[in-house]
Order: sequence, then C-alpha cells, then structure tokens
Amino acid sequence: MAKKKTIRTIPQDRTPMREQPAGERRHNFGEVACGYALEDAQREAERCLFCPERFCVQGCPVSIDIPDFIRKITEKDFRGAYDIITATNLLPAICGRVCPQETQCEGQCTVGDSLEPVAIGRLERFVGDLAVAEGWINIPPIEANAFRVAIVGSGPSGMACAADLAKAGCDVTVYEAFQEAGGVLKYGIPEFRLPNSVIDSEIGKLIKLGIKFECNTLVGRLFTVEQMLGEMGFQAVFIGTGAGYPSFMGIPGESLDGVLSANELLTRCNLMQARDFPRHDTPLELGRRVAVIGAGNTAMDAMRVSLRLGAEEVHCIYRRSKAEAPARAEELHHAEQEGVEFHWLTSPVELLDDGKRGVRGMRCIRMELGEPDDSGRRRPVPVKGSEFEFDCETVVYAIGTNANPILGQTSKLRLNKRGYIEVDEDLATSIMGVYAGGDIVTGAATVIEAMGAGRKAAASIKRYLGLRDSERVYRAAEPALFGIGERNYVRLHQSVDA
Amino acid sequence: MTLAQDKVAAQGYEIVTRLDFSETTFLLEIRHAALARAARAGQFVIVMSHEEGERIPLTLADFDRGRGTITLVIQAAGKTTREMQETCQVGGHLHAVVGPMGIPSHVGSSKKVVCVGGGLGVAPIYPQARAHKEAGAYVIGVVGFRSKALMFWEDKFRACCDQLIVCTDDGSTGIKGLVTEGVKQALAEHADIDEVVAIGPPIMMKACAATTKPRAIKTTVSLNPIMVDGTGMCGGCRVRVGGKVFFACVDGPDFDGHEVDFDDLTQRLRRYAPAERRALEHWRENCRMRGAQS
Ligand SMILES: Cc1cc2nc3c(=O)[nH]c(=O)nc-3n(C[C@H](O)[C@H](O)[C@H](O)COP(=O)(O)OP(=O)(O)OC[C@H]3O[C@@H](n4cnc5c(N)ncnc54)[C@H](O)[C@@H]3O)c2cc1C
Ligand SMILES: Cc1cc2nc3c(=O)[nH]c(=O)nc-3n(C[C@H](O)[C@H](O)[C@H](O)COP(=O)(O)OP(=O)(O)OC[C@H]3O[C@@H](n4cnc5c(N)ncnc54)[C@H](O)[C@@H]3O)c2cc1C
Ligand code: SF4
Ligand code: SF4
Ligand code: FES
Repeated sequence: MAKKKTIRTIPQDRTPMREQPAGERRHNFGEVACGYALEDAQREAERCLFCPERFCVQGCPVSIDIPDFIRKITEKDFRGAYDIITATNLLPAICGRVCPQETQCEGQCTVGDSLEPVAIGRLERFVGDLAVAEGWINIPPIEANAFRVAIVGSGPSGMACAADLAKAGCDVTVYEAFQEAGGVLKYGIPEFRLPNSVIDSEIGKLIKLGIKFECNTLVGRLFTVEQMLGEMGFQAVFIGTGAGYPSFMGIPGESLDGVLSANELLTRCNLMQARDFPRHDTPLELGRRVAVIGAGNTAMDAMRVSLRLGAEEVHCIYRRSKAEAPARAEELHHAEQEGVEFHWLTSPVELLDDGKRGVRGMRCIRMELGEPDDSGRRRPVPVKGSEFEFDCETVVYAIGTNANPILGQTSKLRLNKRGYIEVDEDLATSIMGVYAGGDIVTGAATVIEAMGAGRKAAASIKRYLGLRDSERVYRAAEPALFGIGERNYVRLHQSVDA
Repeated sequence: MTLAQDKVAAQGYEIVTRLDFSETTFLLEIRHAALARAARAGQFVIVMSHEEGERIPLTLADFDRGRGTITLVIQAAGKTTREMQETCQVGGHLHAVVGPMGIPSHVGSSKKVVCVGGGLGVAPIYPQARAHKEAGAYVIGVVGFRSKALMFWEDKFRACCDQLIVCTDDGSTGIKGLVTEGVKQALAEHADIDEVVAIGPPIMMKACAATTKPRAIKTTVSLNPIMVDGTGMCGGCRVRVGGKVFFACVDGPDFDGHEVDFDDLTQRLRRYAPAERRALEHWRENCRMRGAQS
C-alpha cells in the first residue's frame, strides 16, 4: 500500500496543457488548448489528495464524484472514470472545456489552498475526449413506456433533459429553431474553444438513445406550447430556449453601421461560417479596429473571433476592473496573450459618426469603484472630466441579454417581472405538465448549470408522469394524472412537496 | 400528421410550383403543411436555399391549408436571391424553411382599409388584403408595377378587394405614377378610411406614411431590415420606432408608419453592401467558369 499522499508529496506544479502559440492561433480557428496526453492526465491525477471532505464536489453544480473519477485515472481505468462522470454529467468533453472551474469545482479544491488546485476540468476533458475517440456511450436498457415528451431548444438544458427522459423510456422529440442543434454551444462558443465536432458527437449519442431532433422549428409560432399538450399529444414539455435578446446601452450612435451585438457577430461566424465568405454566403464586415464592450465569456469570444477574422487591433471596454470581469480566467488570459488591449474602468458614452453613417470611434469616460451594489461588486462611478476619444470602426456589444419574448407572446406561461419564465422548485411552470430550465429561467448562466437544470426538470417530469425509476415517488392524491384541470394543479403540487 | 411527415429531413422542403412573373420576380410554392396551418397574414419565414447559403427573410405571400403549402414571391436582388432564381425548380428542395415568424398583423378592428403593395411588397400585401376582407372590412387594394407586362395576381387581388387601384410607372395600365398616387386617389374618394397598410421598399412606405399623416389615418408598415436568426437573438434587425429600439423579427414586423425612422432603416440595409457586391461578383465568376467548362 502506498504511503498516504500529502500536500508535500504530490507533484507541486499543475501539469501544463499544450496550447497553440498565441502568435499562430490568433490567425486560425484551430483549438487553442490541445488537451492532456495520457501521461499528463496521470501526472495531474496524482495531485489529488482524495480528501474525505470532498470540497470540490460541493463546488460542482451537478456534484460529480470528482475524487472517485480521478482515482480511476490513477488506476488507468479510464472507462471507469467516464462512467463515474457520466452518472451526473452527460457532456464531459464540453464541460471540461467551458466550465468556469476557478469559481466552481477547482475554486473549492483543498490543494488550491496552498498550491494551484487540481486541474479537474482538464482531467474531465481528457476523459470526455477519450470517450469521443473510443466511441464510448452508456445506454442503459431502455424500457419504452407510452409517454411522449417534447423539448423546446437544443442547448445544454434541453440536451440533458432529453437524455434522461429517453433513458427512462419516454419518446422524446427536441424542437430547435435553428437549422442545427446545440444552442449556444453551436452558435455562440467558437470552434477554437469548443470544436463543433465535439458537440455533434454528443448529439449523435442522443440520437442513439432514440431522441428525435426537429430543426427549423420555431415553437410558439409554428405551434404553441398549449398545442403540444393538446392536439400534438405530448404528455409533458420542457422549455430550454436560452436567454437570447441582446442588450444595447441606448447611447448616441448605436444605429450606425458597424455596431452589432456579440451574438450577431458570433452567429454569423460560427453557425453561418462567415469566416469562409464568400464560399458561404453570410457576410461579416469588421474594420481594422474593433472595440468590444463587456468582459464576460461572450465578450472574450467576440474579441478573439475578431482577431481571427483579421482585425488588427481589438479593444476591450469594461466599466469595472479586471477582478470583476465575469469571463472564465483562462479565456481572459488567452485573450491577453493574443493581444487584445484591455481598457478597465472605462465606459462608452457615445459612438462617433464618420460622416458616412459608419463608426469612426468612441467617446469613453473613466470610472472608479465606489460602494458595493446589489451583486456585492463595487459599483463603478464615472470620473468627472475624464472623457476621451479613441478610434475604431466596429463596436460590438457584449453586455448581456434579456429574455426572449416569443413563448411569452404565444402562450399563457407566467413570466416574472424581467420576462423570464417563472418556475417552482421542481422547475414546473404555471402550465400543468410544462417545465422550464436553463438561461430562460435564470438569465445568462453557465453550461453546466443549464445542464443541471435540464436533469432536474427531467426528474420532475418523471415524477409527474408517475415513472417508477424516479428518486422521489410521486404521491398524488388523484388516481389519474392526466386531464386534471388548472384548479387541481396547486393541490397536486402541494402533495409533492408535503 | 406529424411534422416529420411534412418534410423529408435529408432533402429539405420540396418546391411544388414555380412561376416567373418577370425577369426578376418569381414565385415558389413550398410544401410545409404545419407552416401552412400556422401562418397568419403579416408573418414571414427564413429560408436557406442550400447548406452553405445565407438565411434570408421572405414574407409569406400566400398559404393554403388545404394543399399544405406556402407561397413566396421573390425578387432577385443580390447573390442569394439570384442564385435561387437560377437553381430553385419544381421537385427541388430548400435546405431550411423556418417560421412563421413575427407577430401576425392585427386584423379585425378596421372597417375600411387600404392595402398598398409596391415593388417586392405586392405579393406580401395579398394575405393582408384577404385577411381584412375575411374579417368583414371594405378593402381597397393599391398595387404598383413598372409596367403592365410585369403585373401579376390581378385576379387574386380582385377576388378579395372591393376596389383595386393599379399604378404603373409608365402608365401602360391603371394610373401613371407611384403607389402614393393610388393612395391619394383612395383617400380622395373615401372620407372614412380607418387604416392604410403598406408593404414595399422603405422609401415607398415612408412616402405612404407621409401621405396619410395630414389626415392622421392609422398607417401600418411592415419593416424589412437585415436579419440573421429571426428569433430575437442577434439584434441585427433592430429598428427605431418612436425614438425607441425594437427588434423587427419578434417585436414586429408591423409598426406604426408615422413613428418609424425610415432613414435609419434605409441606411442600415446598406450595412453589408460592399460584401454583398463581392458575393455577387464571386458567384457570377463561378457561373462563368461553369459556363466555360460545359
Ligand atoms: C458567446 C457565449 C459564450 C459562453 N461561454 C460560456 C463558457 O465558456 N462557459 C459556460 O459555462 N457558459 C458559457 N456561456 C453560457 C452558456 O452557453 C449558457 O448559459 C447555456 O448555453 C444556456 O443553455 P440553455 O440550454 O439554457 O440555452 P441555449 O444554449 O441558449 O439554447 C437554447 C436553444 O433554444 C433555441 N430556441 C430558442 N427559442 C426557441 C423556440 N421558440 N423554438 C425552438 N427553439 C428555440 C435556440 O435557438 C437555442 O438553440 C456562454 C454564452 C455565450 C452566449
Ligand atoms: C421581414 C422581411 C420580409 C421580406 N420579404 C421579402 C419578400 O417577400 N420578397 C423578397 O423578394 N424579398 C423580401 N425581403 C428582402 C429579402 O430578404 C432580401 O432581398 C434578401 O435578403 C436579399 O438577399 P441577397 O443575397 O439576394 O441580396 P443581397 O446581396 O444581400 O442584397 C442585395 C440588395 O438587397 C437589399 N437587401 C438586403 N437585405 C435586405 C432585406 N432584408 N430587405 C430588403 N432589402 C434587402 C440590399 O440593400 C441590397 O441592395 C424581406 C426582408 C425582410 C426582413
Ligand atoms: S462539470 Fe464543471 S464544475 Fe463540475 S466538475 Fe466538471 S468542470 Fe468542474
Ligand atoms: S478537493 Fe481537490 S484534492 Fe480534494 S478530492 Fe477534490 S480535487 Fe482532490
Ligand atoms: S433577426 Fe436576429 S434579432 Fe431579429
């Protein structure tokens, strides 16, 4: 038996991951972070102390048994590691790449108290990539039942909900408005961070589970949520339509040419392949100098895409300081390496007209940090007399999104004040049999949180349908679960919570 | 019937009719039963003609629930629409058709309505005229063409309009002049018009709104900014109306013509003009090479 590991006996440095050099990669869409080789993964796995307190697990929104899967890596039982991860997380190759680990699992890691935390995300990605390469898939014996469930939106929340319900034996159809499935993973996150082939392979697994994908289907307009439950014969519906609707600031000059949202830029580039224009038909015109407002993941992606599309200078304008930037630490670091110029504590006040309806620049004001606001972050306040101008031809807004209005316009779903779908703790909406989760409930969040919500909703739907394999047995007073009117809805839900 | 039966996934959406109205304008009837059932006047679809194509918005010019089809009337303007003019034939397929998008036009409260269509707006105004007629309104149709030879759908308009005013640029039929002349004539003949609905190029809708402004007649226009997704996700379609910003694809496409900032719309439509020209040249070049090979 080997000696018990301590913080002194483990490899002290975090195992680096090979990356494409910054000078090269800023001109291509190849993946930036190349992943761990087998030896890298095993060395990094040795750094885990297998602590009994499992703080890391508490940091993961879906509570993956992190030390258990890492132990399997040390034992070279990679399939075993995959099975442990996929017991809770269906998309390891994706989450390993895009989770903000520093605020989630790795942020809680004990090793992180004195050294760099165990690279949990990289290990997870290693296992996920191996699974893709080896074609591993865990399909439990599926016993078909007669229930039909519809999923609206093919982002991470919809994918996760669909998978769980298909495994429980339901006949699942996913409806997606775009011509391809994947949600933000496809149209938002660029290929140098998350290759489309990884997403497609995950979707391929869902298809193997018997899930049907209907793309080019705008739910609400082609048919309503109420019609799905009625004439279309679905017994339950999950809504995971994401947040969407980008915000602008309302400052002068926003309707000039050359002003666009990060969503538009990223969709044109990632989904519509504008980078391959004119072979692909969708154009995207960026000038020599691009300014991106915001410092979240969306902003980082927009900036790094702009560099790759040939912009000479890319500027990041953010009204708070670097410490408050919401982007994943790694993305911020990569953007810096690639040569993005950051203007912290800076806010635009006006976009300047070049006289031909284009943008010639931006007038900004310097900010300083004042008292903490509701979010606990110090509120930026403008510094009087600090205005300055700088030149740019394109301005990209990446300052957040609002709720998409389509389902609100077309159904009786109850929305909250900000337009997001209102749900109870089971993720049930105001319409019986309809559940919702992901960004359309919480506002913009993370991939793993959306996935977690999809799984939680799947568990609720299973209870609602009275399926036996659910963790909590549904204790409805009524003998029949269907055809119950609105009036009985409250009573039913009380009986669940009792 | 399920959606899956409406289309053959691998092939896309079948073209069942093609009709050419002129050298630049053609009609496609597409099989999509679910869409035909859901469609309402004033809505549009987004179409990709092939996998590498652009997503382009097109107004529903007609829909037939019995036949399970929708009809689009397309003007060949740039690369995508010209390529469609060349490649879309009966029996062929469109890669993607999604919709119906946008809030349906508000129909039913106006008793006497003028429906104006000019340029590429002639076909899209038809469902509105029909819907107003079905809702019991007195409908005056005003349609504009360059000349008599380019006129289409006269019979369809006559069937749902109580009165039809045709305008041609060269005076070869109807009144000589722009559709605004037709609107003026309708306004002169009828004192009790409740609403004017106009669809066409921004400049034409702007002129219609200016014509009705003095009499403060409710004027509804259907805006056609550049779109990508059509689901409210990209903000590319934002328009200024009454000083506020709206996304035409989910907040419209119908807006109050007296409040719309048309100059803003016109300008924003030119956003990708240089790229569009390049796309067209690239495509023409490829066509020439193909021509030379054969
Ligand atoms: C550019 C960008 C970068 C990001 N980077 C990260 C990151 O690095 N790490 C991280 O954890 N998170 C990141 N996020 C956030 C993360 O992607 C989202 O929180 C997550 O994707 C939300 O998942 P979802 O399932 O709720 O919806 P989405 O992924 O938004 O998917 C919703 C889907 O529903 C479809 N849809 C919408 N309305 C309808 C309708 N009416 N009918 C049919 N279909 C409809 C949409 O087309 C879309 O495909 C990023 C987000 C963006 C925009
Ligand atoms: C809601 C809506 C409904 C529409 N309905 C119809 C319709 O029923 N029939 C039809 O023929 N066209 C319609 N259009 C316009 C159509 O989408 C454009 O003609 C098409 O996108 C042009 O693509 P292209 O590549 O062929 O031309 P491009 O090379 O992209 O453009 C060529 C010319 O067309 C103009 N143009 C580009 N995009 C648009 C646009 N969105 N609207 C108007 N002009 C544009 C450009 O300014 C340019 O001058 C509609 C547009 C919208 C937004
Ligand atoms: S899913 Fe995300 S948060 Fe959870 S362990 Fe994996 S990388 Fe960490
Ligand atoms: S907290 Fe860190 S060291 Fe401890 S079990 Fe989790 S990953 Fe391993
Ligand atoms: S077309 Fe993208 S928001 Fe309207």
